[in-house]
Amino acid sequence: MSQIILEAKNITKYFEDPVRVRVLNDINFSVNKKEFVALTGKSGCGKSTLLYVLSTMDTDYEGDVIIDQEAMPKKDEGFLAKIRNEKIGFVFQFHYLLNEFNVLNNVMLPGLKLAKLSKEEVEHRAYEKLKILGIEQLALKKANQLSGGEKQRVAIARALINDPHIIMGDEPTGNLDKKNSDLVFDIFKKLCAELDQTLLIVTHDPSFAERTDRIIKMEDGRII
Amino acid sequence: MKKGVLIDIAKALLLARWRQTMVAAIGVTFSITMFITLLSFMHGLNDLLDGLILNRAAHIKLYNDIKPNANQPIKAEKAFAGKYHFIHSVKSDASKQAIYNSAAIMQSLSKDSRVMGYAPKLTAQVFFNNGSTDITGVLNGINPAEEIRLFHFNDYITSGKAIDLQREMNTIILGKGLAEKLLVNLEDVIQLSTSKGDRFQLKVVGIFESGLRDLDNVQSFTSINTVQKVLMQPNNYITEIDVKLKDINWAPAMAKEYAQLYQTDAEDIQTTNSQFETGSKIRSIISYAVGITLLVVAGFGIYNILNMMIFEKMDSIAILKATGFSGKDVKQIFIYIAISIGIVGGLAGLLFGFILTSIIDQIPFITPALPTITTYPINYSIDFYIIGISFSLITTYLAGWFPARKASKIDPVVIIRGK
Repeated sequence: MSQIILEAKNITKYFEDPVRVRVLNDINFSVNKKEFVALTGKSGCGKSTLLYVLSTMDTDYEGDVIIDQEAMPKKDEGFLAKIRNEKIGFVFQFHYLLNEFNVLNNVMLPGLKLAKLSKEEVEHRAYEKLKILGIEQLALKKANQLSGGEKQRVAIARALINDPHIIMGDEPTGNLDKKNSDLVFDIFKKLCAELDQTLLIVTHDPSFAERTDRIIKMEDGRII
Repeated sequence: MKKGVLIDIAKALLLARWRQTMVAAIGVTFSITMFITLLSFMHGLNDLLDGLILNRAAHIKLYNDIKPNANQPIKAEKAFAGKYHFIHSVKSDASKQAIYNSAAIMQSLSKDSRVMGYAPKLTAQVFFNNGSTDITGVLNGINPAEEIRLFHFNDYITSGKAIDLQREMNTIILGKGLAEKLLVNLEDVIQLSTSKGDRFQLKVVGIFESGLRDLDNVQSFTSINTVQKVLMQPNNYITEIDVKLKDINWAPAMAKEYAQLYQTDAEDIQTTNSQFETGSKIRSIISYAVGITLLVVAGFGIYNILNMMIFEKMDSIAILKATGFSGKDVKQIFIYIAISIGIVGGLAGLLFGFILTSIIDQIPFITPALPTITTYPINYSIDFYIIGISFSLITTYLAGWFPARKASKIDPVVIIRGK
């Protein structure tokens, strides 16, 4: 049996404002290593909410999130930041690159924060990641000089820099045209197949979901 | 390593908004400049005004006050011992105006390691004869060398030489007003008479201008020996010893000690000139208050700019947090930004403050009351610079702290989902 990377146990979450609504209802599932999982469902079904709970950024929930056999505490903000830094890579719908830095520095930032390697080594790794994504020639450009597809690829490189246990994506192709969407999908596929990368991607694009290893479908805060 | 990343991010954010940053830094620079200038100038003036009096004043004055004898004869009568004595029409005892055993006192003073120096003094009331009119004046017998060394006597001599009092017998230095009234100049001979009717002729070797008109109209200086001759007293007759200490703050305690030890009256400078200290203190307080107000205003400027920066950089803060920077890291980034504005602005402020005070120091300021002053007075104390930079760091830190705390509390989920 393959190793479990991420596990959700009895996750329930309410939105309090303006009225108490149960957005996540007793969710249980797990993601194994090397799996490419798509989390789909209609708009408003709670899939993004679930992702943010799993990502440790949202701590207002009931139940347990277990990452790499370790239950996430809900209070220790510094510890959670460290977990996100080391074990989770993020790709969002919007690229969220820092315009003040060039591409290389954007990719390096989480690596420098982790501070396990020297600056030179982090830089070397960043180049490697950019090479995997085929954008090493853009390394010294400013983030705001890139096209949308390129930006998203830089964001993926940034997610990879610390060799995370899992990459989480929130509609990573939502803002891209067909060609770039396919490109990003192929990258994900390649990461999974060649680098044994685990991926959990939220998407409402059926053609994207169909091509993954496993689809988790949600409706009204439940997994169906 | 980790700190390095935070500093890099702070630098990038600063440079991305360099115009705003500059405005904030200029605010700090301006306030520190004014703070330094204000304090240096104000303290320069304080020193000047205090110097007017304090330079010339003794730290401790030993003398015998004209007052009734504490030991009235009735005390000796055993029948009234332990009773309260009512005595009417007691008269002051003037015979003891001279300091008893003055030579021994002076010898003991010169052995005291706390004493910088002392100058014996003797005063006589005289009349300066000017044709048919007599002008009342005060003749001070001094030791010119010690007066010059301890009490800056030379600063107030506008023509002639103070030391000539010592070199030549029967010489005198006149107050400027007195010299004008007597219509005399250097090398002229004046005649004075004592209350007992004796007449003396003295040669003018200098003119004295203290800046206090009332003093200049009556004061004159000569050697101690001359005054002793005028008063027909022996050469150990001294009525006052002015003591200068190494530290002015010792004066009150030492005055009490000397009064006990030498059995004379002893008055310290703090008691004599308390009003000057009060004035200086209030002027200092006002200048500090204005300086600090300026800094606080600059602090609000920084606060505003950081708040705006945080609002603009919401996305960046959110992604930093999503990729593993903790709230503490984010807070530190903004504190770095604030502190670097404080350091750069503050140091520039110190420099400009120094330049501005140097310029003020060159502006002519000539007044007949202060013969030795030619430009506006400036006190270049390092203290103001230390206080200035410390305050700029404290205010910028505080101004940065609140926005930084706000930034650290930003919830990345809200921002990322909001898109």
